[in-house]
Amino acid sequence: MTDVHLDPRPATGVRVDPEAPRRPRWKRKRGDGPIAFAYLTPALLVLVGLMGYPIYQLVLISLFDYGQEQVSGGAPLTFLGLANYATLLSDAKFWTVLGQTVGFAAVCVVGTLLVGAALAVLATRVRTWARMTLFLAALGAWATPAVAGSTIWLFLFDANFGFVNELLGTTGFSWTYDRWIAFGLVAAQVIWCSFPFVMVTLYAGIKSIPGEVLEAAALDGASTLRTARSVILPLLRPLLIVVTIQSIIWDFKVFTQIYIMTSGGGIAGRNLVLNVYAYQQAFAASEYGLGASIGVVTTVLLLLITLGYLRALRKSGEQL
Amino acid sequence: MRRGLVEGVTVLIAGVVAFPLYWMVLTALKPEHEVISADPRPWTLAPTFDSFVRALTVQSFGRYLVNSLVVALAVVLLSLLISFLAATALTRFRFRSRTTLLVMLLVVQMVPVEALTIPLFFVMQSVRDVAPAFGLNHLGSLVLVHLAFSLPFAIWMLRGFVAAVPVELEEAATLDGASRFRFLWQVLLPLVAPGLVATSVLSFIHAWNDFLFAKTFIISAAENQTLPLALQVFIKPDQNDWGAIMAGSTLMTIPVLVFFVLVQRRLVAGLAGAVKS
Repeated sequence: MTDVHLDPRPATGVRVDPEAPRRPRWKRKRGDGPIAFAYLTPALLVLVGLMGYPIYQLVLISLFDYGQEQVSGGAPLTFLGLANYATLLSDAKFWTVLGQTVGFAAVCVVGTLLVGAALAVLATRVRTWARMTLFLAALGAWATPAVAGSTIWLFLFDANFGFVNELLGTTGFSWTYDRWIAFGLVAAQVIWCSFPFVMVTLYAGIKSIPGEVLEAAALDGASTLRTARSVILPLLRPLLIVVTIQSIIWDFKVFTQIYIMTSGGGIAGRNLVLNVYAYQQAFAASEYGLGASIGVVTTVLLLLITLGYLRALRKSGEQL
Repeated sequence: MRRGLVEGVTVLIAGVVAFPLYWMVLTALKPEHEVISADPRPWTLAPTFDSFVRALTVQSFGRYLVNSLVVALAVVLLSLLISFLAATALTRFRFRSRTTLLVMLLVVQMVPVEALTIPLFFVMQSVRDVAPAFGLNHLGSLVLVHLAFSLPFAIWMLRGFVAAVPVELEEAATLDGASRFRFLWQVLLPLVAPGLVATSVLSFIHAWNDFLFAKTFIISAAENQTLPLALQVFIKPDQNDWGAIMAGSTLMTIPVLVFFVLVQRRLVAGLAGAVKS
Protein backbone atom coordinates (compact mmCIF):
# COMPACT_ATOMS: atom_id res chain seq x y z
CA MET A 1 0.00 0.00 0.00
CA THR A 2 2.37 2.61 -1.20
CA ASP A 3 0.08 4.36 -3.57
CA VAL A 4 0.51 8.04 -3.87
CA HIS A 5 -2.76 9.76 -4.35
CA LEU A 6 -1.73 13.11 -5.61
CA ASP A 7 -4.68 15.34 -5.87
CA PRO A 8 -4.87 19.04 -5.23
CA ARG A 9 -8.43 18.79 -4.11
CA PRO A 10 -9.60 17.64 -0.72
CA ALA A 11 -9.45 13.89 -0.88
CA THR A 12 -12.53 11.83 -0.55
CA GLY A 13 -11.92 8.73 -2.60
CA VAL A 14 -10.05 6.95 0.11
CA ARG A 15 -9.23 3.32 -0.06
CA VAL A 16 -9.41 1.11 2.94
CA ASP A 17 -6.04 -0.15 3.94
CA PRO A 18 -5.99 -3.92 3.65
CA GLU A 19 -3.10 -4.16 6.09
CA ALA A 20 -4.59 -4.82 9.48
CA PRO A 21 -2.54 -3.49 12.36
CA ARG A 22 -0.03 -6.08 13.44
CA ARG A 23 1.65 -6.01 16.76
CA PRO A 24 4.70 -7.86 17.92
CA ARG A 25 3.36 -11.14 19.19
CA TRP A 26 5.20 -10.91 22.46
CA LYS A 27 3.85 -7.48 23.12
CA ARG A 28 0.19 -8.06 22.40
CA LYS A 29 -1.22 -6.99 25.69
CA ARG A 30 -3.32 -4.22 27.09
CA GLY A 31 -1.79 -0.94 28.09
CA ASP A 32 -1.06 0.62 24.70
CA GLY A 33 -3.81 3.09 25.35
CA PRO A 34 -1.84 5.82 27.13
CA ILE A 35 1.04 5.82 24.65
CA ALA A 36 -1.28 5.73 21.65
CA PHE A 37 -3.20 8.57 23.19
CA ALA A 38 -0.03 10.57 23.69
CA TYR A 39 0.88 10.12 20.02
CA LEU A 40 -2.60 11.11 18.97
CA THR A 41 -3.00 14.14 21.21
CA PRO A 42 -1.55 16.78 18.87
CA ALA A 43 -3.66 15.57 15.96
CA LEU A 44 -6.80 15.40 18.09
CA LEU A 45 -6.23 18.87 19.49
CA VAL A 46 -5.93 20.39 16.04
CA LEU A 47 -8.82 18.45 14.54
CA VAL A 48 -11.25 19.01 17.39
CA GLY A 49 -10.35 22.66 17.72
CA LEU A 50 -10.27 23.58 14.06
CA MET A 51 -12.68 21.13 12.44
CA GLY A 52 -15.02 19.71 15.07
CA TYR A 53 -15.68 22.92 16.95
CA PRO A 54 -16.19 25.04 13.79
CA ILE A 55 -18.68 22.51 12.42
CA TYR A 56 -20.66 22.80 15.64
CA GLN A 57 -20.32 26.59 15.51
CA LEU A 58 -21.51 26.73 11.91
CA VAL A 59 -24.77 25.07 12.83
CA LEU A 60 -25.09 27.20 15.95
CA ILE A 61 -24.50 30.52 14.18
CA SER A 62 -27.07 29.59 11.55
CA LEU A 63 -29.71 29.53 14.30
CA PHE A 64 -29.06 33.10 15.44
CA ASP A 65 -29.58 36.59 14.19
CA TYR A 66 -25.87 37.23 13.92
CA GLY A 67 -24.98 40.53 12.26
CA GLN A 68 -22.40 43.27 12.67
CA GLU A 69 -24.03 44.66 15.85
CA GLN A 70 -24.02 41.25 17.49
CA VAL A 71 -20.41 40.63 16.56
CA SER A 72 -19.25 43.91 18.04
CA GLY A 73 -21.38 43.33 21.11
CA GLY A 74 -23.65 46.30 20.43
CA ALA A 75 -26.81 44.24 20.31
CA PRO A 76 -27.94 41.16 22.20
CA LEU A 77 -27.85 37.81 20.46
CA THR A 78 -31.30 36.59 19.53
CA PHE A 79 -32.06 32.96 18.98
CA LEU A 80 -34.06 32.58 15.79
CA GLY A 81 -34.38 28.85 15.54
CA LEU A 82 -34.91 28.01 11.92
CA ALA A 83 -35.88 31.55 10.89
CA ASN A 84 -32.69 32.01 8.85
CA TYR A 85 -33.57 28.92 6.88
CA ALA A 86 -37.13 30.16 6.41
CA THR A 87 -35.78 33.47 5.11
CA LEU A 88 -33.56 31.60 2.75
CA LEU A 89 -36.24 29.28 1.40
CA SER A 90 -38.65 32.14 0.77
CA ASP A 91 -35.99 34.19 -1.00
CA ALA A 92 -36.23 34.00 -4.76
CA LYS A 93 -32.55 34.84 -5.09
CA PHE A 94 -31.56 31.79 -3.07
CA TRP A 95 -33.45 29.53 -5.46
CA THR A 96 -31.85 31.21 -8.46
CA VAL A 97 -28.40 30.76 -6.94
CA LEU A 98 -29.19 27.16 -6.04
CA GLY A 99 -30.30 26.43 -9.59
CA GLN A 100 -27.18 28.10 -10.97
CA THR A 101 -24.96 26.12 -8.62
CA VAL A 102 -26.47 22.80 -9.64
CA GLY A 103 -26.42 23.68 -13.33
CA PHE A 104 -22.87 25.03 -13.20
CA ALA A 105 -21.60 22.01 -11.25
CA ALA A 106 -23.37 19.64 -13.65
CA VAL A 107 -21.77 21.27 -16.70
CA CYS A 108 -18.35 21.19 -15.02
CA VAL A 109 -18.67 17.56 -13.93
CA VAL A 110 -19.90 16.34 -17.30
CA GLY A 111 -17.32 18.41 -19.17
CA THR A 112 -14.46 17.28 -16.94
CA LEU A 113 -15.42 13.63 -17.25
CA LEU A 114 -15.92 13.77 -21.01
CA VAL A 115 -12.68 15.61 -21.73
CA GLY A 116 -10.72 13.54 -19.21
CA ALA A 117 -12.05 10.23 -20.50
CA ALA A 118 -11.63 11.12 -24.17
CA LEU A 119 -8.04 12.21 -23.65
CA ALA A 120 -7.26 9.15 -21.51
CA VAL A 121 -8.40 6.94 -24.37
CA LEU A 122 -6.47 9.05 -26.84
CA ALA A 123 -3.34 8.72 -24.70
CA THR A 124 -3.49 4.93 -24.98
CA ARG A 125 -3.48 5.10 -28.77
CA VAL A 126 -0.34 7.14 -29.39
CA ARG A 127 3.37 6.56 -28.97
CA THR A 128 5.18 7.57 -25.82
CA TRP A 129 6.49 10.91 -27.06
CA ALA A 130 3.02 12.19 -27.96
CA ARG A 131 1.57 10.86 -24.72
CA MET A 132 4.30 12.52 -22.66
CA THR A 133 3.63 15.82 -24.42
CA LEU A 134 -0.05 15.58 -23.56
CA PHE A 135 0.63 14.54 -19.96
CA LEU A 136 3.14 17.31 -19.46
CA ALA A 137 0.66 19.90 -20.69
CA ALA A 138 -2.07 18.42 -18.50
CA LEU A 139 0.28 18.37 -15.53
CA GLY A 140 0.89 22.06 -16.07
CA ALA A 141 -2.84 22.84 -16.08
CA TRP A 142 -3.33 20.67 -13.01
CA ALA A 143 -0.49 22.25 -11.07
CA THR A 144 -1.49 25.84 -11.78
CA PRO A 145 -2.93 27.40 -8.62
CA ALA A 146 -6.60 28.31 -9.07
CA VAL A 147 -5.89 31.98 -8.50
CA ALA A 148 -3.17 32.12 -11.14
CA GLY A 149 -5.22 29.99 -13.55
CA SER A 150 -8.27 32.20 -13.24
CA THR A 151 -6.20 35.33 -13.75
CA ILE A 152 -4.50 33.93 -16.84
CA TRP A 153 -7.84 32.99 -18.36
CA LEU A 154 -9.24 36.42 -17.58
CA PHE A 155 -6.35 38.01 -19.44
CA LEU A 156 -6.63 35.61 -22.38
CA PHE A 157 -10.30 36.56 -22.69
CA ASP A 158 -9.79 40.25 -21.89
CA ALA A 159 -12.06 42.47 -23.96
CA ASN A 160 -9.33 44.73 -25.33
CA PHE A 161 -5.96 43.05 -24.84
CA GLY A 162 -7.02 39.40 -24.87
CA PHE A 163 -5.59 36.99 -27.39
CA VAL A 164 -8.87 35.15 -27.90
CA ASN A 165 -10.67 38.26 -29.12
CA GLU A 166 -7.72 39.00 -31.39
CA LEU A 167 -7.92 35.47 -32.76
CA LEU A 168 -11.67 35.63 -33.32
CA GLY A 169 -11.61 39.20 -34.57
CA THR A 170 -14.05 40.26 -31.86
CA THR A 171 -11.91 42.88 -30.13
CA GLY A 172 -13.91 44.71 -27.49
CA PHE A 173 -16.26 41.83 -26.77
CA SER A 174 -16.64 41.23 -23.04
CA TRP A 175 -16.70 37.56 -22.06
CA THR A 176 -17.69 38.29 -18.50
CA TYR A 177 -20.68 40.57 -19.08
CA ASP A 178 -23.41 38.19 -20.18
CA ARG A 179 -24.47 35.87 -17.39
CA TRP A 180 -24.34 32.63 -19.36
CA ILE A 181 -21.19 33.44 -21.33
CA ALA A 182 -19.47 34.30 -18.05
CA PHE A 183 -20.62 31.03 -16.52
CA GLY A 184 -19.41 29.21 -19.61
CA LEU A 185 -15.99 30.84 -19.39
CA VAL A 186 -15.61 29.93 -15.70
CA ALA A 187 -16.78 26.39 -16.43
CA ALA A 188 -14.19 26.09 -19.19
CA GLN A 189 -11.49 27.22 -16.77
CA VAL A 190 -12.67 24.73 -14.13
CA ILE A 191 -12.66 21.93 -16.69
CA TRP A 192 -9.19 22.98 -17.85
CA CYS A 193 -7.70 22.57 -14.40
CA SER A 194 -9.66 19.50 -13.31
CA PHE A 195 -9.68 17.21 -16.35
CA PRO A 196 -6.01 16.17 -15.84
CA PHE A 197 -6.92 14.37 -12.62
CA VAL A 198 -9.62 12.40 -14.43
CA MET A 199 -7.38 11.76 -17.42
CA VAL A 200 -4.41 10.49 -15.42
CA THR A 201 -6.60 8.32 -13.20
CA LEU A 202 -8.53 6.79 -16.08
CA TYR A 203 -5.36 6.33 -18.13
CA ALA A 204 -3.82 4.40 -15.25
CA GLY A 205 -7.04 2.38 -15.08
CA ILE A 206 -7.05 1.58 -18.79
CA LYS A 207 -3.40 0.60 -18.63
CA SER A 208 -4.20 -1.92 -15.91
CA ILE A 209 -6.66 -3.68 -18.23
CA PRO A 210 -4.93 -6.78 -19.60
CA GLY A 211 -3.69 -6.20 -23.15
CA GLU A 212 -5.25 -9.45 -24.38
CA VAL A 213 -8.74 -8.13 -23.74
CA LEU A 214 -8.14 -5.09 -25.95
CA GLU A 215 -6.40 -7.17 -28.61
CA ALA A 216 -9.36 -9.52 -28.71
CA ALA A 217 -11.68 -6.58 -29.20
CA ALA A 218 -9.47 -5.22 -31.97
CA LEU A 219 -9.33 -8.63 -33.65
CA ASP A 220 -13.11 -8.79 -33.56
CA GLY A 221 -13.06 -5.57 -35.54
CA ALA A 222 -14.48 -3.37 -32.81
CA SER A 223 -14.13 0.35 -33.47
CA THR A 224 -12.51 2.69 -30.97
CA LEU A 225 -15.88 3.88 -29.82
CA ARG A 226 -17.20 0.36 -29.53
CA THR A 227 -14.16 -0.84 -27.58
CA ALA A 228 -14.48 2.11 -25.23
CA ARG A 229 -18.16 1.53 -24.60
CA SER A 230 -18.37 -2.24 -24.41
CA VAL A 231 -14.98 -3.24 -23.07
CA ILE A 232 -13.17 -0.46 -21.28
CA LEU A 233 -16.13 1.29 -19.70
CA PRO A 234 -17.51 -1.66 -17.70
CA LEU A 235 -14.03 -2.50 -16.43
CA LEU A 236 -13.44 1.08 -15.36
CA ARG A 237 -16.75 1.47 -13.53
CA PRO A 238 -15.33 1.49 -9.99
CA LEU A 239 -12.74 4.07 -10.94
CA LEU A 240 -15.29 6.20 -12.76
CA ILE A 241 -17.43 6.26 -9.65
CA VAL A 242 -14.59 7.59 -7.53
CA VAL A 243 -13.69 10.18 -10.15
CA THR A 244 -17.32 11.28 -10.55
CA ILE A 245 -17.91 11.69 -6.83
CA GLN A 246 -14.72 13.65 -6.48
CA SER A 247 -15.72 15.90 -9.37
CA ILE A 248 -19.20 16.46 -7.98
CA ILE A 249 -17.86 17.37 -4.57
CA TRP A 250 -15.27 19.68 -6.01
CA ASP A 251 -17.36 21.41 -8.68
CA PHE A 252 -20.25 21.98 -6.33
CA LYS A 253 -17.93 24.04 -4.16
CA VAL A 254 -16.06 26.10 -6.74
CA PHE A 255 -15.19 29.36 -5.09
CA THR A 256 -11.93 30.84 -6.33
CA GLN A 257 -12.72 30.73 -10.04
CA ILE A 258 -16.16 32.31 -9.70
CA TYR A 259 -14.92 34.87 -7.23
CA ILE A 260 -11.99 36.01 -9.33
CA MET A 261 -13.31 35.67 -12.85
CA THR A 262 -16.66 37.36 -12.21
CA SER A 263 -15.24 39.72 -9.55
CA GLY A 264 -17.14 38.32 -6.61
CA GLY A 265 -20.20 36.90 -8.31
CA GLY A 266 -20.85 39.05 -11.34
CA ILE A 267 -22.82 42.23 -11.88
CA ALA A 268 -25.61 42.38 -9.27
CA GLY A 269 -24.59 38.92 -8.16
CA ARG A 270 -25.94 37.17 -11.20
CA ASN A 271 -23.02 34.75 -11.39
CA LEU A 272 -23.27 33.65 -7.77
CA VAL A 273 -23.02 30.04 -6.68
CA LEU A 274 -23.92 28.88 -3.16
CA ASN A 275 -20.40 29.02 -1.77
CA VAL A 276 -19.75 32.55 -2.97
CA TYR A 277 -23.27 33.58 -1.93
CA ALA A 278 -22.65 32.35 1.62
CA TYR A 279 -19.36 34.20 1.69
CA GLN A 280 -20.89 37.43 0.42
CA GLN A 281 -23.82 37.23 2.85
CA ALA A 282 -21.44 36.74 5.76
CA PHE A 283 -18.46 38.94 5.00
CA ALA A 284 -19.83 41.56 2.62
CA ALA A 285 -23.34 41.98 4.05
CA SER A 286 -22.34 41.02 7.63
CA GLU A 287 -25.25 38.59 7.82
CA TYR A 288 -23.24 35.85 9.47
CA GLY A 289 -26.28 33.89 10.59
CA LEU A 290 -27.75 33.82 7.11
CA GLY A 291 -24.36 33.02 5.58
CA ALA A 292 -23.88 30.13 7.99
CA SER A 293 -27.30 28.73 7.10
CA ILE A 294 -26.32 28.78 3.41
CA GLY A 295 -23.16 26.92 4.42
CA VAL A 296 -25.22 24.29 6.22
CA VAL A 297 -27.59 23.95 3.27
CA THR A 298 -24.63 23.54 0.87
CA THR A 299 -23.09 20.86 3.06
CA VAL A 300 -26.34 18.96 3.41
CA LEU A 301 -27.06 19.21 -0.32
CA LEU A 302 -23.60 17.94 -1.15
CA LEU A 303 -24.03 14.99 1.18
CA LEU A 304 -27.47 14.24 -0.28
CA ILE A 305 -26.20 14.38 -3.87
CA THR A 306 -23.26 12.11 -3.07
CA LEU A 307 -25.44 9.67 -1.14
CA GLY A 308 -28.11 9.73 -3.84
CA TYR A 309 -25.53 8.97 -6.46
CA LEU A 310 -24.17 6.08 -4.42
CA ARG A 311 -27.67 4.71 -3.88
CA ALA A 312 -28.50 4.91 -7.56
CA LEU A 313 -25.34 2.96 -8.22
CA ARG A 314 -26.16 0.33 -5.65
CA LYS A 315 -29.62 -0.03 -7.17
CA SER A 316 -28.10 -0.70 -10.55
CA GLY A 317 -26.13 -3.50 -8.93
CA GLU A 318 -22.77 -1.79 -8.56
CA GLN A 319 -20.34 -2.63 -5.86
CA LEU A 320 -18.30 0.17 -4.45
CA MET B 1 -0.44 7.17 -41.40
CA ARG B 2 -3.53 6.97 -39.24
CA ARG B 3 -1.41 6.87 -36.11
CA GLY B 4 0.44 9.92 -37.31
CA LEU B 5 -2.85 11.78 -37.58
CA VAL B 6 -3.93 10.75 -34.09
CA GLU B 7 -0.58 11.83 -32.73
CA GLY B 8 -0.87 15.14 -34.52
CA VAL B 9 -4.24 15.70 -32.88
CA THR B 10 -2.78 14.74 -29.51
CA VAL B 11 0.01 17.25 -29.80
CA LEU B 12 -2.45 19.89 -30.95
CA ILE B 13 -4.60 19.27 -27.88
CA ALA B 14 -1.52 19.38 -25.67
CA GLY B 15 -0.73 22.74 -27.24
CA VAL B 16 -4.20 24.10 -26.48
CA VAL B 17 -4.03 22.81 -22.89
CA ALA B 18 -0.60 24.32 -22.33
CA PHE B 19 -1.41 27.56 -24.13
CA PRO B 20 -2.65 29.53 -21.09
CA LEU B 21 0.62 28.73 -19.32
CA TYR B 22 2.62 29.74 -22.37
CA TRP B 23 0.64 32.96 -22.53
CA MET B 24 1.33 33.64 -18.85
CA VAL B 25 5.10 33.31 -19.24
CA LEU B 26 5.07 35.15 -22.56
CA THR B 27 3.11 38.08 -21.14
CA ALA B 28 5.45 38.21 -18.15
CA LEU B 29 8.41 38.51 -20.52
CA LYS B 30 6.87 40.99 -22.97
CA PRO B 31 7.74 44.67 -22.80
CA GLU B 32 4.84 46.71 -21.46
CA HIS B 33 3.68 48.26 -24.72
CA GLU B 34 3.29 44.78 -26.23
CA VAL B 35 1.17 43.62 -23.29
CA ILE B 36 -1.21 46.55 -23.40
CA SER B 37 -1.77 46.28 -27.09
CA ALA B 38 -4.99 45.89 -28.99
CA ASP B 39 -3.08 43.62 -31.32
CA PRO B 40 -1.50 40.95 -29.08
CA ARG B 41 0.99 38.63 -30.77
CA PRO B 42 1.79 35.10 -29.64
CA TRP B 43 5.52 35.86 -29.57
CA THR B 44 7.86 38.62 -28.55
CA LEU B 45 11.06 39.82 -30.13
CA ALA B 46 12.16 41.88 -27.16
CA PRO B 47 11.90 39.69 -24.03
CA THR B 48 12.56 41.58 -20.82
CA PHE B 49 12.44 40.93 -17.09
CA ASP B 50 10.90 44.36 -16.44
CA SER B 51 7.57 42.88 -15.36
CA PHE B 52 9.28 40.59 -12.85
CA VAL B 53 11.26 43.51 -11.49
CA ARG B 54 8.06 45.58 -11.19
CA ALA B 55 6.21 42.76 -9.49
CA LEU B 56 9.00 42.13 -7.01
CA THR B 57 9.80 45.75 -6.22
CA VAL B 58 6.87 48.07 -6.85
CA GLN B 59 4.25 45.56 -5.85
CA SER B 60 6.54 43.96 -3.24
CA PHE B 61 5.69 40.52 -4.46
CA GLY B 62 8.86 39.29 -2.78
CA ARG B 63 7.35 39.91 0.61
CA TYR B 64 4.21 37.92 -0.24
CA LEU B 65 6.28 35.17 -1.77
CA VAL B 66 8.13 34.82 1.53
CA ASN B 67 4.83 34.87 3.45
CA SER B 68 3.40 32.12 1.27
CA LEU B 69 6.56 30.08 1.71
CA VAL B 70 6.54 30.52 5.48
CA VAL B 71 2.92 29.38 5.74
CA ALA B 72 3.32 26.43 3.38
CA LEU B 73 6.56 25.20 4.97
CA ALA B 74 5.21 25.57 8.49
CA VAL B 75 2.13 23.57 7.49
CA VAL B 76 4.29 20.89 5.90
CA LEU B 77 6.60 20.51 8.89
CA LEU B 78 3.87 20.52 11.51
CA SER B 79 1.57 18.21 9.59
CA LEU B 80 4.42 15.75 8.99
CA LEU B 81 5.29 15.62 12.66
CA ILE B 82 1.71 15.37 13.88
CA SER B 83 0.46 12.97 11.23
CA PHE B 84 3.49 10.71 11.62
CA LEU B 85 2.81 10.33 15.35
CA ALA B 86 -0.91 9.83 14.78
CA ALA B 87 -0.40 7.35 11.94
CA THR B 88 1.99 5.34 14.08
CA ALA B 89 -0.51 5.26 16.92
CA LEU B 90 -3.31 4.17 14.60
CA THR B 91 -1.22 1.47 12.92
CA ARG B 92 0.98 0.04 15.64
CA PHE B 93 -1.30 0.17 18.63
CA ARG B 94 -4.58 -1.42 19.38
CA PHE B 95 -6.96 0.52 21.53
CA ARG B 96 -10.65 0.75 21.95
CA SER B 97 -11.57 3.86 19.99
CA ARG B 98 -9.22 3.04 17.10
CA THR B 99 -11.87 2.18 14.54
CA THR B 100 -14.04 5.11 15.54
CA LEU B 101 -11.11 7.45 15.00
CA LEU B 102 -10.36 5.98 11.59
CA VAL B 103 -13.94 6.43 10.46
CA MET B 104 -13.93 9.98 11.79
CA LEU B 105 -10.82 10.72 9.75
CA LEU B 106 -12.69 9.64 6.63
CA VAL B 107 -15.87 11.55 7.41
CA VAL B 108 -13.99 14.73 8.22
CA GLN B 109 -12.48 14.71 4.73
CA MET B 110 -15.97 15.06 3.26
CA VAL B 111 -16.73 18.30 5.06
CA PRO B 112 -16.67 21.20 2.61
CA VAL B 113 -14.06 23.43 4.20
CA GLU B 114 -15.46 26.49 2.43
CA ALA B 115 -18.55 26.29 4.61
CA LEU B 116 -16.35 26.54 7.69
CA THR B 117 -15.01 29.97 6.78
CA ILE B 118 -17.60 31.74 8.90
CA PRO B 119 -17.12 29.87 12.21
CA LEU B 120 -13.36 29.74 11.68
CA PHE B 121 -13.32 33.51 11.27
CA PHE B 122 -14.77 33.84 14.76
CA VAL B 123 -12.46 31.17 16.14
CA MET B 124 -9.49 33.12 14.80
CA GLN B 125 -10.94 36.29 16.26
CA SER B 126 -10.93 34.70 19.71
CA VAL B 127 -7.49 33.21 19.16
CA ARG B 128 -6.20 36.71 18.42
CA ASP B 129 -7.06 37.78 21.96
CA VAL B 130 -5.07 34.92 23.46
CA ALA B 131 -2.19 34.45 21.03
CA PRO B 132 -2.05 37.27 18.48
CA ALA B 133 0.44 35.48 16.23
CA PHE B 134 -2.11 32.74 15.54
CA GLY B 135 -5.17 34.95 15.21
CA LEU B 136 -6.74 37.07 12.51
CA ASN B 137 -4.39 39.12 10.35
CA HIS B 138 -1.42 36.92 11.16
CA LEU B 139 0.18 34.14 9.19
CA GLY B 140 -0.27 31.79 12.16
CA SER B 141 -4.02 31.66 11.54
CA LEU B 142 -3.43 30.36 8.01
CA VAL B 143 -0.95 27.78 9.28
CA LEU B 144 -3.52 26.53 11.78
CA VAL B 145 -6.42 26.10 9.34
CA HIS B 146 -4.34 24.47 6.64
CA LEU B 147 -2.79 22.19 9.22
CA ALA B 148 -6.27 21.11 10.25
CA PHE B 149 -7.39 20.56 6.67
CA SER B 150 -4.32 18.61 5.59
CA LEU B 151 -4.07 16.38 8.66
CA PRO B 152 -6.89 13.88 8.00
CA PHE B 153 -5.58 12.98 4.58
CA ALA B 154 -1.95 13.01 5.69
CA ILE B 155 -2.68 10.65 8.57
CA TRP B 156 -4.74 8.38 6.36
CA MET B 157 -2.01 8.20 3.75
CA LEU B 158 0.93 7.77 6.13
CA ARG B 159 -0.90 4.93 7.82
CA GLY B 160 -0.33 2.84 4.71
CA PHE B 161 3.37 3.60 4.72
CA VAL B 162 3.80 2.85 8.42
CA ALA B 163 1.88 -0.40 8.03
CA ALA B 164 4.24 -1.44 5.24
CA VAL B 165 7.22 -1.40 7.62
CA PRO B 166 7.62 -4.96 8.95
CA VAL B 167 6.80 -5.35 12.60
CA GLU B 168 9.83 -7.64 12.92
CA LEU B 169 11.97 -4.55 12.53
CA GLU B 170 10.48 -3.07 15.64
CA GLU B 171 11.07 -6.32 17.49
CA ALA B 172 14.70 -6.36 16.37
CA ALA B 173 15.21 -2.74 17.37
CA THR B 174 13.67 -3.33 20.75
CA LEU B 175 15.80 -6.43 21.31
CA ASP B 176 18.86 -4.35 20.45
CA GLY B 177 17.89 -2.08 23.28
CA ALA B 178 16.48 0.84 21.31
CA SER B 179 13.89 2.79 23.23
CA ARG B 180 10.46 3.32 21.75
CA PHE B 181 11.43 6.90 21.15
CA ARG B 182 14.63 6.01 19.33
CA PHE B 183 12.87 3.45 17.21
CA LEU B 184 10.31 6.03 16.20
CA TRP B 185 12.76 8.69 15.06
CA GLN B 186 15.77 6.70 13.93
CA VAL B 187 14.20 3.61 12.38
CA LEU B 188 10.59 4.23 11.47
CA LEU B 189 10.86 7.83 10.30
CA PRO B 190 13.53 7.21 7.64
CA LEU B 191 11.66 4.15 6.42
CA VAL B 192 8.44 6.02 5.74
CA ALA B 193 10.29 8.91 4.09
CA PRO B 194 8.71 8.29 0.64
CA GLY B 195 5.28 8.61 2.23
CA LEU B 196 6.37 11.75 4.01
CA VAL B 197 7.47 13.29 0.71
CA ALA B 198 4.16 12.54 -0.96
CA THR B 199 2.09 13.92 1.91
CA SER B 200 4.26 17.02 2.16
CA VAL B 201 3.73 17.81 -1.49
CA LEU B 202 -0.02 17.69 -0.96
CA SER B 203 0.03 19.77 2.19
CA PHE B 204 2.31 22.27 0.53
CA ILE B 205 0.05 22.66 -2.49
CA HIS B 206 -3.06 23.06 -0.35
CA ALA B 207 -1.50 25.81 1.71
CA TRP B 208 0.23 27.46 -1.25
CA ASN B 209 -2.88 27.64 -3.43
CA ASP B 210 -5.29 28.84 -0.79
CA PHE B 211 -7.21 31.97 -1.67
CA LEU B 212 -10.35 31.81 0.45
CA PHE B 213 -8.80 31.69 3.91
CA ALA B 214 -6.08 34.18 3.11
CA LYS B 215 -8.83 36.51 1.93
CA THR B 216 -10.98 35.95 4.99
CA PHE B 217 -8.36 36.02 7.73
CA ILE B 218 -5.86 38.62 6.54
CA ILE B 219 -8.18 41.58 6.41
CA SER B 220 -6.25 44.64 7.42
CA ALA B 221 -2.60 43.60 7.58
CA ALA B 222 -1.32 44.07 4.05
CA GLU B 223 2.18 43.02 5.09
CA ASN B 224 0.87 39.56 6.04
CA GLN B 225 -0.87 38.76 2.78
CA THR B 226 0.05 35.69 0.80
CA LEU B 227 0.60 35.40 -2.93
CA PRO B 228 -2.89 34.37 -4.09
CA LEU B 229 -4.44 37.33 -2.34
CA ALA B 230 -1.69 39.75 -3.34
CA LEU B 231 -2.29 38.83 -6.95
CA GLN B 232 -5.88 39.98 -6.55
CA VAL B 233 -4.97 43.24 -4.94
CA PHE B 234 -3.00 44.23 -8.04
CA ILE B 235 -6.03 43.90 -10.24
CA LYS B 236 -7.38 47.40 -10.45
CA PRO B 237 -10.70 48.23 -12.03
CA ASP B 238 -9.31 50.91 -14.34
CA GLN B 239 -5.95 49.70 -15.54
CA ASN B 240 -4.42 46.34 -14.75
CA ASP B 241 -0.67 45.95 -14.90
CA TRP B 242 -1.08 42.66 -16.72
CA GLY B 243 2.66 42.24 -17.19
CA ALA B 244 3.30 42.34 -13.45
CA ILE B 245 0.23 40.22 -12.73
CA MET B 246 1.44 37.52 -15.12
CA ALA B 247 4.96 37.75 -13.69
CA GLY B 248 3.44 37.21 -10.25
CA SER B 249 1.37 34.30 -11.51
CA THR B 250 4.50 32.76 -12.99
CA LEU B 251 6.35 33.10 -9.70
CA MET B 252 3.41 31.51 -7.95
CA THR B 253 3.02 28.62 -10.35
CA ILE B 254 6.66 27.59 -10.66
CA PRO B 255 7.11 26.01 -7.19
CA VAL B 256 3.97 23.90 -7.64
CA LEU B 257 4.99 22.89 -11.16
CA VAL B 258 8.41 21.81 -9.94
CA PHE B 259 6.82 19.72 -7.21
CA PHE B 260 4.41 18.10 -9.63
CA VAL B 261 7.10 17.21 -12.13
CA LEU B 262 9.23 15.74 -9.33
CA VAL B 263 6.49 13.38 -8.15
CA GLN B 264 5.01 12.74 -11.59
CA ARG B 265 6.25 9.15 -11.94
CA ARG B 266 5.16 8.23 -8.48
CA LEU B 267 1.79 9.75 -9.24
CA VAL B 268 0.96 7.63 -12.28
CA ALA B 269 2.41 4.49 -10.69
CA GLY B 270 0.47 5.16 -7.50
CA LEU B 271 -2.80 5.66 -9.30
CA ALA B 272 -2.24 2.50 -11.30
CA GLY B 273 -1.59 0.66 -8.04
CA ALA B 274 -4.77 2.04 -6.57
CA VAL B 275 -6.72 0.66 -9.51
CA LYS B 276 -5.32 -2.80 -9.17
CA SER B 277 -5.91 -3.10 -5.43
